[in-house]
Amino acid sequence: MTDLLTPVLTENWADQRAWKLVNYERRGGYGALRKALEMDPADVVALVKDSGLRGRGGAGFPTGMKWGFIPQDNPKPKYLVVNADESEPGTCKDIPLMMASPHTLIEGVIISAYAIRSNHAFVYVRGEVLHVVRRLQQAVREAYSAGYAGKNILGTGYDLEIIVHAGAGAYICGEETALLDSLEGRRGQPRLRPPFPAVAGLYASPTVINNVESIASVPCILERGVEWFTSMGTEKSKGMTIYSLSGHVANPGQFEAPLGITLRQLLDVAGGMREGHELKFWTPGGSSTPLLTAEHLDVPLDYEGVAAVKSMLGTKALQCFDETTSVVRTVLRWTEFYKHESCGKCTPCREGTWWLVQILKRMEAGQGQQGDIEKLLDLCDNILGRSFCALGDGATSPITSAIGYFRDEFEAAMHTPAWELFPYERSTIFVREPVGAGA
Amino acid sequence: MSELIEPQPPEARHGHAGGDVASEELAGRVGDANGQGHFTTHFDEPSLDYSVTETKITEQTREEMRQIAARYPQPRSALLPMLHLVQSVEGRVTPAGIEACAELLDISPADVSGVATFYTMYKRRPVGEYHVGICTTALCAIVGGDQVYATLQDHLGIGNDETTPEGKITLEHIECNAACDLAPVMMVNWEFFDNTTPEIAIDVVDRLRAGEEVTATRGARVCTWKEAERVLAGFPDGRADEGPTSAPESVLGLRIARQRGWSAPPIPEHHHAESDESEAGS
Repeated sequence: MTDLLTPVLTENWADQRAWKLVNYERRGGYGALRKALEMDPADVVALVKDSGLRGRGGAGFPTGMKWGFIPQDNPKPKYLVVNADESEPGTCKDIPLMMASPHTLIEGVIISAYAIRSNHAFVYVRGEVLHVVRRLQQAVREAYSAGYAGKNILGTGYDLEIIVHAGAGAYICGEETALLDSLEGRRGQPRLRPPFPAVAGLYASPTVINNVESIASVPCILERGVEWFTSMGTEKSKGMTIYSLSGHVANPGQFEAPLGITLRQLLDVAGGMREGHELKFWTPGGSSTPLLTAEHLDVPLDYEGVAAVKSMLGTKALQCFDETTSVVRTVLRWTEFYKHESCGKCTPCREGTWWLVQILKRMEAGQGQQGDIEKLLDLCDNILGRSFCALGDGATSPITSAIGYFRDEFEAAMHTPAWELFPYERSTIFVREPVGAGA
Repeated sequence: MSELIEPQPPEARHGHAGGDVASEELAGRVGDANGQGHFTTHFDEPSLDYSVTETKITEQTREEMRQIAARYPQPRSALLPMLHLVQSVEGRVTPAGIEACAELLDISPADVSGVATFYTMYKRRPVGEYHVGICTTALCAIVGGDQVYATLQDHLGIGNDETTPEGKITLEHIECNAACDLAPVMMVNWEFFDNTTPEIAIDVVDRLRAGEEVTATRGARVCTWKEAERVLAGFPDGRADEGPTSAPESVLGLRIARQRGWSAPPIPEHHHAESDESEAGS
């Protein structure tokens, strides 16, 4: 039986200047790279396949299998692209990882690129995190200086260029094909698939795109082995992962645990909801994953467990809201987000999110009209599955799930403003002591 | 239109969306005869300001643009960082900046303009010395971001995406910035000010306006917006070693694990043995 919390990726996050190469190496950093470089690239792919590592960015696709799709007989260059565009509402694990220990990611990048026989890797990081960009840039420079990147890595004859690329503010660029268009210097709009990026990705060449946490999990698998990794987690969801607890909890933060932990267990170790309040609803993996309620506290937070209750593990962004929170208000704000971030390519998403906001706004004001709930559901039905990418689908998740669990609040929106039913100041957390801030 | 009301709840919601003067103006302009304004999305913000033609772009800027392009297998990939560089020189995306990018990448100015107007970080009007962003996506908004944003609007006397008269502060409500465990989140020139409150926000903007040095909670001493844009273009400023490793919240799980003696499982014994063998064999 493994422990409840299992820090691996987060193990050095409290170290002094953990972001420096010397401190990363002091903990054995880049040992996994040396090991990988002694292996045949195909064996590295096989190892990651055997580990059962699945994508930590939302979809949960097996990482090794993705690598295996790269056609090695294709004469074009192969590319590795790290999706560091962390923007899904509630998701906040990759940013602290890259801030604290950028070398964990960079070591993973070099091993992964070697495995797929790529000589060019990109880290596409969202632009709105200046200090993370600085730390990544510095880590890459350090890796070059130490001979871990560039020409003839550690004397093996393997070459790899690593480019840190800052985005410019667009949630949609977290969608892998939109990210590729953006990385090619275009508007970030999703592409029709097939062809999939493994066949025709960046510059129409074979490309692997993985989330930060997925790539950062590769070095420890190399270092400690498949048996070690698979001793954590559940049957089909192997290993440890980072859960992000936020909202009306007593102590928000990052918790690394084997896949399959429950929200009840996490809340127990973290001190529960804020004092005097109880859990009303939560997201298992960001705002695009259907809401859950207190009745789901014991759902195993692995890919299968969350799917079984008609939601998704997503990014493991556990946003918890207590009984002071208006569901209508919350759903409106998420819908405004999707409306703002819709890239405009597909009509159902572009137009649909706009209309959803209009209806939810009047409902928040207590001026909903008869038939509005049905209209919301009808609009969602016309968006879901009718656009190129998952943004539109995600936009419908909070609405349809919220109506499912809290229909009475939407009924009340026909006559009473949300701020009267749920005075907004009661939902603020200013009672908690601020950390630092120099104030 | 009368059916599509713009609700204005009490203090808390003050200003959100309502204070967006630019898009309101635009709604008036593009709306049809009935004032429907159906297509007032962020794509309909006022276009680039073509009235100001002076530019600070020099041969050195062009040389740096060429350096950025040389990093990539295909030069057009450099367009996003090049536009960040334009902003670091011009304080916004200018017609001259667009022309320079287009010329160096051998694409049309319309192509560049199409990209520049897609991404929210590219600004069509001059940005102040400090860009202050308050997250008002659901979680931050609910736990207090709405109050922080409304307080700053009142305190600074400006609406969304507007700049104080002396050019110091541009205020904007922003979308989720990936620090939800540290909500409500304020960003100054894209540096993290975690766990903010209305009082902290006022203190920070007042000190910025007074020319004092301000340090992010998780980041460096705050530089100017133009300097930040230069880093995003790929020209480091030497501040990577400032600031902490993590926020206390980021290591909460780690701290609890240590207190309770919890850890990841040990490495299986025979894994070591296998590794030693393979090393001996190589």
